[in-house]
Amino acid sequence: MLDLIEFGIFLLLLIVGFFAGTIVEKRHYASIRKRERQYADVLAFAVRFPPDRVTPQRAFLVHGTVVISSDYFKTFVAGLRNLFGGRVRTYETLMERARREALLRLKHDARRQGAKLVICVRFETTTISTGWAASIEVFAFGTALIPERDSAIAFGARSGAPA
Amino acid sequence: MLVSNLELVPGRRIVSHFGIVQGSTVRAKHVGKDIFAGLKNIVGGELKGYTELMQEARQEAVERMIAEAQSMGANAILNVRFATTSIAAGAAEILAYGSAVQLDGG
Repeated sequence: MLDLIEFGIFLLLLIVGFFAGTIVEKRHYASIRKRERQYADVLAFAVRFPPDRVTPQRAFLVHGTVVISSDYFKTFVAGLRNLFGGRVRTYETLMERARREALLRLKHDARRQGAKLVICVRFETTTISTGWAASIEVFAFGTALIPERDSAIAFGARSGAPA
Repeated sequence: MLVSNLELVPGRRIVSHFGIVQGSTVRAKHVGKDIFAGLKNIVGGELKGYTELMQEARQEAVERMIAEAQSMGANAILNVRFATTSIAAGAAEILAYGSAVQLDGG
């Protein structure tokens, strides 16, 4: 009898996890797409050196972070996947959402401070044990650049020798 | 204090190097957050409390790193990196480190 109740709770959590998780994910993706269009003018690159090494530019660190939790259904499916191996699609979307969200927050941080260009963008991922399941943290950081003088002469100097 | 993860700042020259500077903090989460996170683990989504916790921790690590660089007389920290390690269940160390330098101008 007790086993039956336990199984019932498990099934209920699975169903709740599946529906709630799907809704949460859909909403998050919609929000990400919308904000990605809004922040399209803030450029973020992974390159180590600025495109213009000569013009003096104000440089400062910008970052974005997000901690995102899996849902019961995803965790269960991933557990099953452990038996057979292969792609864990449910976690792939989770990681993707977290990365895109962290990058968006980085861009938000950059624009808030008046920058339109971020270079040397790096990602860091950490798993955090929260309660009984694992959550992931994605931290994105980079250097925002603002040209100190936007004159044509300064831009002409770009073709010169590297700094 | 200029803080950046670049190796050089465009248009600025490094006058002198002071060596590595670092700042770290060890944080633990509290029970209330954990219970809430447990519920969130069922439905999924962002754990805002944890996001804030990590943000504050990184902020503090960076501030400590800056304090060390200031005490050396540096005006910039370049090549900044971050590292996160979980020491025990529920406690994590956040480390920020970089090279303290003196830049010309500005």
